Formats: sequence, C-alpha cells, structure tokens
Amino acid sequence: MLRIEPGARHRVTVTVNGRLYSGFAEARTLLSDFLRHELKLFGTHVGCEHGVCGACTVNIDGRAVRSCLLFAVQADGAEIGTVEGLATDGVLSPLQEAFRRRHALQCGFCTPGILISATQFLETNPDPTEDEVREMLSGHICRCTGYEGIVRAILDVAGDAS
Amino acid sequence: MTEGGRWIGAPVPRKEDEALLTGRARFIDDMEPVPGIRHAALLRSPHAHAEILSIDVSKAASHLGVYGVLTGADIAAATRPIPSAVRVPIDYYPMAVGKVRYAGEPVALVAAGDRYVAEDALDLIEVEYRPLPPVIDVKAATRDDSPLLHEAVGSNVVHHRTFRYGDPDKAFEEADRVVRLDWTFPRYSSTPMETYGAVAQFEPAPDRYTIWSNFQGPFILHALMCGALEVPGNRLRLITAPQSGGSFGIKQGIFPYLVLLATASRLLGMPLKWIEDRLEHLVASSSASNREDAVEAAFKDDGTLIGLRFFNTVDVGAYIRAPEPASVYRMHSASNGAYGVGNISVDNRLVTTNRLPIGLNRGYGGPQFFFALERAMEAGARALGLDVAEIRRHNFIPKDAFPYRAPAGSLYDAGDYEAGLDKALDLADYAALCAGRDRARKEGRLFGIGMATAVEPSGSNMAYVTLAQTPEERARAGGRSGGLATCTISIDPSGAVTVKTVSTPAGQGHATVAAQIVADALGLTPDDIDVMTEVDTLTSAWSLASGNYANRFSSVVIGAIGEAARRVADKVRAVAAEDLEVAVQDIELADGTARIVGVPERSLPFRRVAARTHWHPAGLPDGMAPGVFETAIVSPPELGPPDDRDRVASAVTFGFICDLAAVEIDPGTGKVEVRKYVSVHDVGNVLNPLIVEGQIVGGFAHGVGGALLEEMVYDADGNPISGTLTDYLCVTASEMPRLTIGHVDTPSPHTALGSKGMGDGCSMLAPVAIANAVADALGREDIDPPFTLNRVWDLAAEGGGAG
Ligand code: FES
Ligand code: FES
Repeated sequence: MLRIEPGARHRVTVTVNGRLYSGFAEARTLLSDFLRHELKLFGTHVGCEHGVCGACTVNIDGRAVRSCLLFAVQADGAEIGTVEGLATDGVLSPLQEAFRRRHALQCGFCTPGILISATQFLETNPDPTEDEVREMLSGHICRCTGYEGIVRAILDVAGDAS
Repeated sequence: MTEGGRWIGAPVPRKEDEALLTGRARFIDDMEPVPGIRHAALLRSPHAHAEILSIDVSKAASHLGVYGVLTGADIAAATRPIPSAVRVPIDYYPMAVGKVRYAGEPVALVAAGDRYVAEDALDLIEVEYRPLPPVIDVKAATRDDSPLLHEAVGSNVVHHRTFRYGDPDKAFEEADRVVRLDWTFPRYSSTPMETYGAVAQFEPAPDRYTIWSNFQGPFILHALMCGALEVPGNRLRLITAPQSGGSFGIKQGIFPYLVLLATASRLLGMPLKWIEDRLEHLVASSSASNREDAVEAAFKDDGTLIGLRFFNTVDVGAYIRAPEPASVYRMHSASNGAYGVGNISVDNRLVTTNRLPIGLNRGYGGPQFFFALERAMEAGARALGLDVAEIRRHNFIPKDAFPYRAPAGSLYDAGDYEAGLDKALDLADYAALCAGRDRARKEGRLFGIGMATAVEPSGSNMAYVTLAQTPEERARAGGRSGGLATCTISIDPSGAVTVKTVSTPAGQGHATVAAQIVADALGLTPDDIDVMTEVDTLTSAWSLASGNYANRFSSVVIGAIGEAARRVADKVRAVAAEDLEVAVQDIELADGTARIVGVPERSLPFRRVAARTHWHPAGLPDGMAPGVFETAIVSPPELGPPDDRDRVASAVTFGFICDLAAVEIDPGTGKVEVRKYVSVHDVGNVLNPLIVEGQIVGGFAHGVGGALLEEMVYDADGNPISGTLTDYLCVTASEMPRLTIGHVDTPSPHTALGSKGMGDGCSMLAPVAIANAVADALGREDIDPPFTLNRVWDLAAEGGGAG
C-alpha cells in the first residue's frame, strides 16, 4: 500500500478531459486544490470545502463527485471530467447552450459543478421529471438564480434528447 | 443616436456566459497577478468577548514554511483605526487589539508558502484569554447595567436619533384604531457562493499598495482605507477581479481585510493572498442586522392610515463599520412606503453586541423596514375587518400624484400602484384563493393569505447616511450630496469599441446591458462591443459611489453609459458628415455604418470613420480633438443634500412591488408550504427581460430563505452555531416555491432610458408577505421569522388567537 510521510509530496497522474496531467500533491491535498492550483485548471470552483455546495463537482470515472471531499492521491490514475471539457472544438454542449438561452447562470460560480452533475444525470436519466431534476439539483447551492432557469435548461435538453 | 432601441429591451443572451460556461472566466482565487505570492491564514477568536492577556507566536513563527506572523498589536502600531460614519470613541482595527468582541474576530495572521502550512501554524499560536460576560441579548445590551463592548463609549448604544415628519402625535390622538406590533427580526446573510478573496502587495519607493480583490464598492470606502493606511488615494490602488461569484452586498464587508492584508504585506515584505473559507465567511464576514423592532400604526375606521411610529433597535454587532448606520437610513426617507400617510416618527437606536459586525446585504434595510410597515397594514386590516388588499388600495399614493415628494424627502419618480395591485390579484385569482382558504379552514386546515407592497429605491444618494448626524453636525461637516456614476467609451485605431463601466457586477449582466445601450447608440451589435466592468482606481474614471449596490446600475450607471455613447456617436457622425459632405444632423449610425438619412447607399463603415480620428487628425473637422475617448460622469440632479428638517431624496428611482403569498401549515411537522406566490414589479422600462426575470427570481429565493430557513444563530454565550452550510440552510431547488411574475411598468422620468433600478426585489418582501400569510393561517400576530419547523410547530400547537 502507498505510504506517504507528512509533508512529503507524491506524484499524481490523472487524465483530465482526455489529456494526461501530472503534478505533485501531499497526502492531505484536496483534489479540488490539486486541480486548481497544481494543474491550473481553474474552471472547477470551491464554495464550501465541506461537501455541501456542489460547486467543486467533477466527473471521475463516469460519476459526479465532489472534488473537495477527495484527496488528490486518491484520484491517481483516474479519468476526470471538468467544466473545461464540456465544449467540443469551441462549440458549447447542448446543455451549456440551454444554460445560456435560459439565463441559468448569473455570477456563474456554481455553474461548473451544476453542469457536470446535470450532464452526468442526463446520461443516466435522459427523460427526467421536473421533480427529479430538482431533486438532483438539491445537491447544489446557487445563490443567484433561484434555480428556475437551471431547471428549465435541463428540462429543455432532456426534452430534446427524448 | 439610438435607432429606435433595437437592442435595448430585447432578451439578449449574455455576453458573460460563454466564458463562465466553459470554465474560462477568472475569479479572484484564479488570479496570480504578481510573482512571489505567499498565503495568509487567520487565527480567529473562539470567544465572543474576552480580554487578550498574551499571544505567543514564537512556535508558529519558526514553523517550517512560515514567513511571518502578525498580531493585532503589530497592525495597530502600523495603521490608524478605520474611520467610522458615526462619531464615537471606538478604535476599530481589522484585527483584535487587547480584547476580542466577537467569536471569529481575527487575532493573528500567518503568512506561509501555502495555505495548508499557514493553517498548521495557526495551531501553534498560543493565546491566553480572560473571558468577559458576553452581550448577546439586544434589549439587555441597551440597559445601564449591561457589560460594555467599548468602555470609552460608556454605553452599548452607539447611535440614537429620533425624527418627526408631519404631526404624528396628533394623528395618534385622532385615530379610531391603533395597532402595535413588536417582533424580533433574525440575522441572516446572502452568503454568495464565492467567499471573500484578495491579493495585496506593498511596494516601496514610492510607497504604494495594490490590492486585487472581489470588493464590490461602494468606493467611498476607498477613502476610509486610505485613512487607515495613512496614504493619499493614488497610493492605494484597488483592482477588482474580472468576475465576482455573487455578492448581494456582502462583498462590501471585505474592506477591513483589505486594510489588514495591505498592512501585512508591508510589514512582512511580500505579496499576500487570502481566500476566506466558508467557515470564516459564515462567522466573520458580514451580515444583515438582527433587530428588536416595534411599529405603531394609526388608522381611521375606513382604513385610512394617518400615522406611523417606528421604533428600531438595530444590532450592529461588535463594531459599527462604515457605511453603517446606513442600513437603517436607506429606507428612512421613504418611511411611508407606497402609502400617502404624512405623519411619521422614527426612533433609531443602534446597539453593539458580541456578534459579527453588520453591513450591506441584499435588500439592505428593506426586509426589516417593510416587515414593520406591511405587518402593520395587515394587522390593521384584520383589526378593522377590512380586506388586506383593499386597505392598501385605499392608502396608495394615486397614480396622478407622481413625481411625489414623500414626507421624509424621497422623490418618487413614477408609479401606478393600483394597477400593480390589480395585476397581482388577477394573477393570484384572489377571489378563488380566498374561497379556497375558507374551504380549507372549514376542514380544519391552517391556510393563510398574506400580502406586501414595497417601493424599491435605486441609485443611492451618498448623503443619506448623514441623516445619522444632526442638521447642526451636518452643517459643520460641510455639504454632501449626489451619487456619481462614470463610464468611459473608447475607440481604438482599429475602430473597435470598448466600454468601461466600473460597475463591479457579481452576476447581474452589466456587460450585456451596457453593450445593448452602446450598440443602439452607435448602430452596432452588442457583439461588436467589448465591455470591462471592473474597477482599477489608478486607471479608471471612478468616484465615491462607484461599485455595485443599491440597484444602481439600471438607474444611474446607464445614464453615464448613455451620455458617453451619445458623445461618441456625435463625434463619429461629425466626421462622417464632413466626408459625405452633408450636415451632421443628416447622418445616422446604423447597421455598422454612418450613412445619410434616407439615402442608405451613401454610407461609410463605422469602423473606418472612427479609426480615422486616430490615423488622420489633420483631416478631421476644424477644432475636433483626435481619437475617441469619452468619459461621462453624471450625478442625478434629484440627489440633493439633506435639509435642516432631515428630509433627503435618498434615491433616484422608486420601483414598486406587490407580493401575494398563500401558505398552508402542517401542524404535525410545522412545515410552512408556500402554495402560491405572486409578485408584480414596476421596474420602469425593461432593458433586458431575461436579466430582469433572473433578478426577480433570485431575489425571491433570498426572501424565501429569510422567511423560512436562514438564520445566523448565536447561543447565549455568543458562540455562532450556524458556521457550516449544513447548519446555515440555503434554499435549494427542491424547497423553492413556484413564483408567478407580473409587470406593470411606468417609465421613470429621472433616468436616461426610463428604467428603474431593481434587484433587491422580493428579498425585501417575501419575509413579510410570508409572515402575513402565516399570521393569517394561525390567527395570531405575535410571530417572528424565520418560520422554521420547530418554531411553527410550537405556534401551531399553542393554537391561534394569541394576537
Ligand atoms: S466546495 Fe465541494 S461541496 Fe462545496
Ligand atoms: S449563478 Fe451565482 S451562485 Fe449560481
């Protein structure tokens, strides 16, 4: 088993949005901090660092996960998806487009985490009811929008897909 | 000249969105503006009230990776106290000196190579405290035998003024019915998703501080920071981050931390970054005030409101920080609300307690003020046996009375309150709703309907805060008035347009709306126009009122944008007129061209005409300055100084809001279910309906949180016990009631585009509208928000009628 001394830094290699990244982390370095400050992928945001707000959500091996609740070393070797990877060749994904159309973001601080959760949610649940969308969203806090535009945007995409 | 407002008023999707949606937008914690940044962490007081006997930082200072440790004594030796808007002998420093006055107050700062190490070192600092009796009960704090926070003041009451407009005593003598309500208003906070953050750098020779942060203004606080740092304004450079992750007022309260970090950067000789964590934010950033208030309302039998008396006791927390006591004066000169009542008295007492100091928060003073007025209207209606809608209609300022001078000095620009009420009743299907309530009650269910109306001030007069002084004190201090907005529009040698609004938005879409306005003025599209909204006090045109607060963008800032755009348009038209050999008035800007009115084929590309002002100055019309760089600075003429009877026009526009809530209470759980919520707004001319709707729904979410969930709770010893987001409950998507929105828009004659400021919206009214519905459902008036499960369950279990 991997053993890391306090203060020692360990190489962590991950695939983020299809590209290989490598950096160093202490045993206690949060994955959110590693992504942001070691890999300089600032798109993932941090709102609470105690697992409530959902701003830091990333996709790890197909699941939406709070990156503030994982240590970077736990993610060694993982496939990670972040908000920077949602658009392809400069073209917004249908969900990103719907967010813009429906004014589903104001300050945009919560948005990366919500986009990651909602993208993954729609993959496993392509035709959700509004209540199911709200239930999924209740794992995220948005202080700006009152959620209305977010719910509409997700339902738009769900409607189109089905 | 605008081409019939092609873009203004359209639901233009936001310019801001693409960068935000793709993770490329930059917030303060994404920025590394200078090399060599070290990271700061703060040790905070575990006590609400205690003497600091000693601080031993030696172990922390020698910890590997630590670059320095500072305490309050170091900061006090290097700065002056941060000035206050109230003249009381309180030395406020951004770090505790000798004594801590709230749990969470900074006690020491550690600078280290990274935040983790800095926090490790905090654990090594040894502080010896001698606990003092905490002052938490606001009413008890005002008594002579209370322990004191600030001994030199001699009292915890740091401000007390009374005001009279008309003849309130006579009105109360002549009243047929007087209602009085007493209540406690909870303390809560808008808690944006992004916390405070800053990078501060001190450079010597000449001494200069540069601070990058998510400060939101008002930039009048720049002057106070300079006072504390003892530098002239040009030696404190404040730069705001390109994006701010929500604010709702709260990011005003970062300013003491900016002083602290600037000083620490100087003393330690390194640039310092500090990002507040959520725990710090919830106990030590800032919040709205909790209050112990009462109101008396005098009515005639027919429902005419003839007098009001407000008794406000405001808990400001441990220090009275600028711009306080503004929260109690923001609504003051509109103390009549939407009603024609002329006899009003106000008694304001501001009290220090061992809680976090208060500051700007969404609605700033509005939720508390309208709680008083609109609870009184509703209690009055019930006491007189009148309908809650009709008593309001009866008292509204009539639509032909605008512009309307309110008794305490506000000048209401435009409105049709009755139409707003009718729209709300219509959208709510009021008659059917009342019938439904009657049916529900027959079945023994607890169902209630509540209403509330508000005037929504926008574009503050920087002088309203001086109501805290007596007219004599104001006269001695010299004149104050106005609320300046600035905008710079430049066209570079390629002919491209850049707009600088210095409006520091935190999600309100200022860049989009500014681009709409300028596109219309210049005959371009919003995509042609780049907008920078951040402030750099060294390079931007800015003033005291710059920043983002008090709904000022769509009332005041748009005036500056429109004026700068007009000047640019005039210049480009003049150049084109010379080229096309026609008079200036024959040139219009449209479709990316400057062309002859009625002869569209005789046109020149806008870019080429504009660029020529740089490339060929000698070819410009006689006397014209080269280049295009227009800065407009405007201050609405309505915003004069307070007069010697304490009347002041506190804001430029007054929108109108009418809310109606229907709730059902489950007596088994105490849950308040919002069955229906209708909100009608008068925002004047709508500049962008997408953004307006977004602001309304967002404000509603804050109001619902304040009514049902959110409270910053302190125990009797002053320990904050809502320090995480699992304790401080923000509204999530599952709890959001459905909102029906309506509009009755009367254009404002006081603004460039007829728009009124908006944004506070239902954050001011949902607490009282829901409270009124809860009172109706329970049949009692003695209710205090937030209507949490425990509290409502208790009320329901006691049975109705206690009011
Ligand atoms: S930052 Fe991870 S859940 Fe809030
Ligand atoms: S858009 Fe600001 S927190 Fe969601």
